[in-house]
Amino acid sequence: MEFFQPILDMSGASFAQHLVNGISLGSLYAMIAIGYTMVYGILLMINFAHGDIVMMACYFAFFGITVFKIPWYLTFVGVIIATVLLGVLIERAAYRPLRTAPKNSVLISAIGASFLLENLANYLFSGRPLRFPEIEVLAQNIEIAGTQVQAISLIIPVVTIICLVILLHVVNKTKIGMSMRAVSKDYEIARVMGINIDNVISMTFAIGSILAAIGAIMWGIRYPGITPMLGVMPGLKCFIAAVIGGVGNIKGAVLGGFILGLGEILIVAFFPQLSGYRDAFAFIVLIVILFYKPTGLLGEKTTEKV
Amino acid sequence: MANKRNLLLTIIAIAALFALAWYINFESDSYTRRIVNLCLVYAIIGLSMNLTNGFTGQFSLGQAGFMAIGAYTVGIFTVPVAYREAVFYAAPMNPYIANIELPLWLALLVGGLLAALVAFLIGTPVLRLRGDYLAVATLGFSEIIRIVITNAQTITNGALGIKDIPPLNDVRYIFAVTCIVFIFITALINSSYGRAFKAIREDEIAAEAMGIDLFKHKCMAFMLSAFFAGIGGGLYGALLGTVDPKNFLFTLTYNFLLIIVLGGMGSITGSMLGAILVTAGLEFLRVFDEPLELFGTAIPLFRPGFRMVIFSVLLMMLVLYWRHGIMGTREFSWDKAIAFCKNPFTFFKKKGGQKA
Amino acid sequence: MKEGKITLKKILSVLLASTFAIGLLAGCGGEKKDAASADVIKIGVFEPLTGDNAAGGELELRGIKIANKLHPEVLGKKIELVIADNKSDKAEAASVAARLIEKDKVKVIIGTYGSSLAMAAGNIVKESKVPAIGTSCTNPQVTANNDYYFRACFIDPFQGTVMANYAFKNGAKKVAIIQEVSNDYAVGLAKFFREAFVKLTGDPDSIVEIANYQTGDKDFSAILTNIKAKNPDAVFAPGNFTESALLIKQARQLGLEVPFMGGDTWETQEFIDVGGVDVEGAMLSTAFDREKATTEEAKKFLEAYVEEYQGEPSALTALAYDAYLIAIDGIKRAGTTEDSVKIRDAIAATTDLETVTGKTTLDANGDAIKAAIIKTVQDGKFKYFDFVDVK
Repeated sequence: MEFFQPILDMSGASFAQHLVNGISLGSLYAMIAIGYTMVYGILLMINFAHGDIVMMACYFAFFGITVFKIPWYLTFVGVIIATVLLGVLIERAAYRPLRTAPKNSVLISAIGASFLLENLANYLFSGRPLRFPEIEVLAQNIEIAGTQVQAISLIIPVVTIICLVILLHVVNKTKIGMSMRAVSKDYEIARVMGINIDNVISMTFAIGSILAAIGAIMWGIRYPGITPMLGVMPGLKCFIAAVIGGVGNIKGAVLGGFILGLGEILIVAFFPQLSGYRDAFAFIVLIVILFYKPTGLLGEKTTEKV
Repeated sequence: MANKRNLLLTIIAIAALFALAWYINFESDSYTRRIVNLCLVYAIIGLSMNLTNGFTGQFSLGQAGFMAIGAYTVGIFTVPVAYREAVFYAAPMNPYIANIELPLWLALLVGGLLAALVAFLIGTPVLRLRGDYLAVATLGFSEIIRIVITNAQTITNGALGIKDIPPLNDVRYIFAVTCIVFIFITALINSSYGRAFKAIREDEIAAEAMGIDLFKHKCMAFMLSAFFAGIGGGLYGALLGTVDPKNFLFTLTYNFLLIIVLGGMGSITGSMLGAILVTAGLEFLRVFDEPLELFGTAIPLFRPGFRMVIFSVLLMMLVLYWRHGIMGTREFSWDKAIAFCKNPFTFFKKKGGQKA
Repeated sequence: MKEGKITLKKILSVLLASTFAIGLLAGCGGEKKDAASADVIKIGVFEPLTGDNAAGGELELRGIKIANKLHPEVLGKKIELVIADNKSDKAEAASVAARLIEKDKVKVIIGTYGSSLAMAAGNIVKESKVPAIGTSCTNPQVTANNDYYFRACFIDPFQGTVMANYAFKNGAKKVAIIQEVSNDYAVGLAKFFREAFVKLTGDPDSIVEIANYQTGDKDFSAILTNIKAKNPDAVFAPGNFTESALLIKQARQLGLEVPFMGGDTWETQEFIDVGGVDVEGAMLSTAFDREKATTEEAKKFLEAYVEEYQGEPSALTALAYDAYLIAIDGIKRAGTTEDSVKIRDAIAATTDLETVTGKTTLDANGDAIKAAIIKTVQDGKFKYFDFVDVK
């Protein structure tokens, strides 16, 4: 019974605080998870380097604001552009040459790309942590009914939802969105129908990278230490979030992100003894989901083609 | 006739290598021995990884976790009882195991079996997955194993790690274990099980239609792979003399991935070759981390960290332009070697034709 | 398409070939330099210069370099430093230590930052009977059962106890502990803090919570919210400086305003860079401060440091300097630059050696007995706060 004592002892204010923390973390996961889910939906591969793209975006922001003293709003535009270039470049260099290769080769190439970005960052920027530039307006603290909230914690979910709405509009209503859906439904037929597959894939990586850049900026403001290994764990967790929601499904990725973020916070809140096992939580959820509902919560039932 | 000759040649080659191991063990310094031993240990783990990833076509990234199980079994059971109080200074060791001390060979075996047992438990849910999902799930399990080890302080000493593992820097011992693993895996691959593994790799549905029990064979490959990774991990722990959870981060698995990709996914001799090249190559690349002066000017590129950049670029280049590695799915064979010696100039032309 | 591939392959092979060519050139160049003359004694510097521990390794390397500049000779022979990077990785550390001993023939090894790296080298120095002097490896296991490993720093149990005493003396009744559970150093400090604090207060419930996190974690909001609900008087949070700085930052955002205490790992510029105003008032124990640095050696060290690197030297730099002093003092008293066993015996007998961090005596385990200094962060700088002597 002692095991459950912390739940009974928890005050309303504490619980509200935990909820705010969880939603803020969950929205960040959601933002990055969308990138994974879009790429997987179209190419059927895990873009292992996605987490490291987030890491590089943090470094871009650092150089823009702290080193070159560019105003933060301008820097953010620059960061998004630079990140898109990086994402598309990785696709060109590491994935496109393997379009017809066995899936395992693509996977290895993705791991290689991720490993390369980490080592490159370690070499160029050293392993010593840098501080993400502080932006007063966004980092200030607000108190609402006894719950401490950082402005950015409120902004993160709002930005995530705005991005989601825009993205859903792009995917469902525009021509490029239609091509994306066509490619993800049936690669060969889409090609026959005259869709330029390479363009669609580049576009997918570009959109994923935009979200990665926005996610990275918010991540950096919320957790302001930048290191070369910054993207590894969030990257894995966000992929898991994408799987939970159903890979290829954008709403699913957001749902998965929230489940993972809230779950991680609440498990520590309710069972403080388990705080050392927090990182295991995501993987356990992954395995449970894959076992009971391999297509994820919102995924469609598909039959594997031979 | 040819078979007998090949067997004889293999025996002679192993005997010659063993003599070489003996020679290295007594005639060279401890640094050389350490590098040779590391090559051999990496070869064992590379082979184990090739069993699932190369031969059975199941892309697993759990090797670091299985190594951790083997290494910790060796760590926990071979540290002399008298030293244990000093090692477990923060939290005393669990009384059930505090007085059990095993000889190294037994601890290795137990570690391998434990890893296989864990693989069995993991395999049931995980092996139903394919491709990327399997990769992430096994990677996840390897992290879970590490997190459990970090938190189970009375058994594993948690983050403090275990030291005073009786040091093993004997080339003969590790060479002998490598030989056993090598021979076992060769025999396995050439048996009906091995053919079933390859059939699964080539086409799961066709294999199933042929009456191959998919789950049974996948699970078997996975367990054997874990078993050998456990043994390799145990040797790794004994070679270092100390283990701690940070040794077994999932990035460790990437080393073995590089080894099997370089050697050829699905080639036993390729994995051995890959292990030697990668381990020796990483030592060789060390010069890139040291400042370099060429013709009197310091080249600014050379500073700590450069080596790993080159290492990862090589891994990528390998996948992009040389996907089949050195050996592909082929094996070294005496017939081909002899044919090469007889006629070194036309050999490659002929084989080139075969390959295409 | 196909042609493009072939050219790429060619480029690749040219790249590879040049890689190896440069490697060979560098290899040969290196050997020439190594040609040893009889008037040189080699000391190995064994530090992490890349990887997770690079920041600490770099600071220690500075100390050793300064020491070498001020004391370039022993027994009439020139001291040559052989600097080796153990990559913050244990397998590397073992190879590198073996390489220093076998290939470079060093007589003494100095290093390293990070106890697990020192432990990986432990067996090797023991086997080859070459003494090693740890700089800041504070895990008790480093010197336990090993006659060839010594250290210039104090050990985890001592640091934990010092902070517990400090907390108690300043009226803390209830303390929460947040430990980096995957870090041997943090776990060691936390354990000895807990024991000492419970003993001092006589109240088994005086530690209100022990929370864990993993190296590399970024989000601490859940454990901090739990701790805030428990209302502790202070928080003891030993761990890596990046994670600790983020932790304190998030604590302040959540309105947890109690003092934070930690260990010597916090004393890096990055801790203040990342933590900013939020780490103001954080307390930590360390081995060195210029206000308490009264020895002759300390003055020389400070002068040389300011000349070379400007700014304030960290405790790591001072300890590394001390390790070098212990080494050459040992060699001097052994009267030999060849017999490393004799050097080892002399080092083991080090008593009242004047070093930067005060007078150093090595105990039976080979651990330095020295006082601890408590510092606090004030106006973005580490400031001397208190002094805790042994016993």
